Amino acid sequence: MPFALSPERERELAEILTRYPNKMAACIPALHLCQEQHGYIDDDVVAWVSFRLDLPPAHVKGVVTFYTLFNQHKVGKHQVWVCRTLPCALRGAGEMLSYCEKKLGIHAGETTPDGKITLRTAECLASCGTAPMMQVDKDYYENLTPADVDKILERLQRS
Amino acid sequence: MLKQTNYLTKVYGLPEGWSLATYEREAKGYQAARKVLTTMSPADVVNEAKKANIRGRGGAGFPMGVKWSFMRPHPTKPAYLVINADEGEPGTHKDRTLMEQNPHACIEGCIIGCYAIGAHVAYIYVRDELHLSKARLWGAIHEAKAKGYLGKNPFGKDYPVDVVVHTGAGAYICGEETSLLNSLEGKRGEPRLKPPFPAQAGAFGCPTTVNNLETIAAVPTAFTLGCEEFSKLSSIHHLNDGGVRLFGVNGHVKKPGVYECCVGITLRELIYDLGGGVLDDKPLYAVIPGGSSTPVLRAEDLVHAPDEKSPLHAWHGQSVLDVPLGVDTFRNMGTMLGTCCATVMAEGTDPIAAFHNLMQFYRHESCGQCTPCREGSGWLLRIAEKLLAGTCSMDELNQLHDVANGIMGNTICAFGEGTAMPALGFLKKFRKEFEAYVRGERRGEDARLTVSAWGA
Repeated sequence: MPFALSPERERELAEILTRYPNKMAACIPALHLCQEQHGYIDDDVVAWVSFRLDLPPAHVKGVVTFYTLFNQHKVGKHQVWVCRTLPCALRGAGEMLSYCEKKLGIHAGETTPDGKITLRTAECLASCGTAPMMQVDKDYYENLTPADVDKILERLQRS
Repeated sequence: MLKQTNYLTKVYGLPEGWSLATYEREAKGYQAARKVLTTMSPADVVNEAKKANIRGRGGAGFPMGVKWSFMRPHPTKPAYLVINADEGEPGTHKDRTLMEQNPHACIEGCIIGCYAIGAHVAYIYVRDELHLSKARLWGAIHEAKAKGYLGKNPFGKDYPVDVVVHTGAGAYICGEETSLLNSLEGKRGEPRLKPPFPAQAGAFGCPTTVNNLETIAAVPTAFTLGCEEFSKLSSIHHLNDGGVRLFGVNGHVKKPGVYECCVGITLRELIYDLGGGVLDDKPLYAVIPGGSSTPVLRAEDLVHAPDEKSPLHAWHGQSVLDVPLGVDTFRNMGTMLGTCCATVMAEGTDPIAAFHNLMQFYRHESCGQCTPCREGSGWLLRIAEKLLAGTCSMDELNQLHDVANGIMGNTICAFGEGTAMPALGFLKKFRKEFEAYVRGERRGEDARLTVSAWGA
């Protein structure tokens, strides 16, 4: 079935459109809404956004491929980003990433076989004063120890 | 001179510290905006703002009041205020604390800023990852609207002001102002050629001022105290670097965090007095003063400024750790103040591993628009990888210099310099260590970034 936003999200998009002088400006917010609903952006979603906002599909596709947070493929139920950049690395982010990889049995960039967790690295998440840290879906977890990581990952595995 | 203050941070950590009630009760919230809108003309606001000597807090250090004065009314087009809260420079963690813990200062700053430059809408561009920041800003906007501080008649004045939070989708380059504008317009975040500058043709082709989030959040404090008084809080007010700002410290220190102080504190004070000193009381090795794009300093570096006209002359022969953190002082030292958030490295940190880590960042974040940056950042990373793998020749090491210089000045935006400057900085300060890798005296498998085991 071709993609369409749910009525609730469609209302949200209508409100978002009032914030800008043209429809194109709603392109990124609209894609976020679609991804929230669909999990990733495939060609059906691109077609729908381009139709809804009167934009060429190539424009929408160009935007999707530019920004790292738009998933172009299916991802796990939960997404875990470990910040790997220098300030976090100085506080053990490298060790923490290896620990996560070992615990989940996957490498960064992969999804667990049960489809629950996608593990990825992130570039600086503006949390340098509370390193090392990870983002799990929409939440930040900071000043992490191995025990904290155990708790977080086990909760995600059970969910 | 270390002088901690709490103009912006007073509400940090208070129960519901981000609420309008707390902001008004504890921090004289919205009194500055009320005074400005009801008693001053926009031209007066700009002139007064210049006296505050607020140097842009996003890294470039451009004087805020001067930037505001570039805005001219357009016969047909509206004007916009755009706030850059795409905080993503490695080592920078100050704006997030403001959005999460004092969002009303950001909104009040937007009201004053809009009025000063003739805009009726302010867009705050927040990176998408900062979900709590976005929620707190929207919460503050709704509270301010309900109180009549935002909307058709803020404080009874017939001057509509609206504030909108807009989000990106994970691209460091969108912190570059013209790239941010493209992203705001719903396009790929590729930087634009300047001129035209945003003040002539910015968001949606209209006159636009782009200010950093901390810059705009400092505005209410400046107008509450009086802009000249605000500027004089700084011990380097005479260098047109005024007021108070947020100083961050991270990496190998005992108490990493964000601290509000009068401008003019030194790196030594930031690391030892505020940061609690180096982890495990190890000797200090190196500091990146203000975000990863600012060239690194070694602990034993001394100031060389024999010229009496140099703003640094007063510190000639002294340690770089004892120079006040200021836009012009640090620029004259061959580095930059940047975002004023220092990344500290203790003795035992491998500088080539640090260099490699940063080159991975720049390679990943180059937008790919300009060839020197797209190809050069990859080249720099490959040299770093070869160094760590023990396969880099002396010729290739020398190429590092040429490649970095080939990026500098040859790209549309400053990302090119932001990549090349730290690369050249590391090479200059750690030439011996780089060569030790070429000669096989140091090996990648021994290279460490941590000074103690994670979690220990």
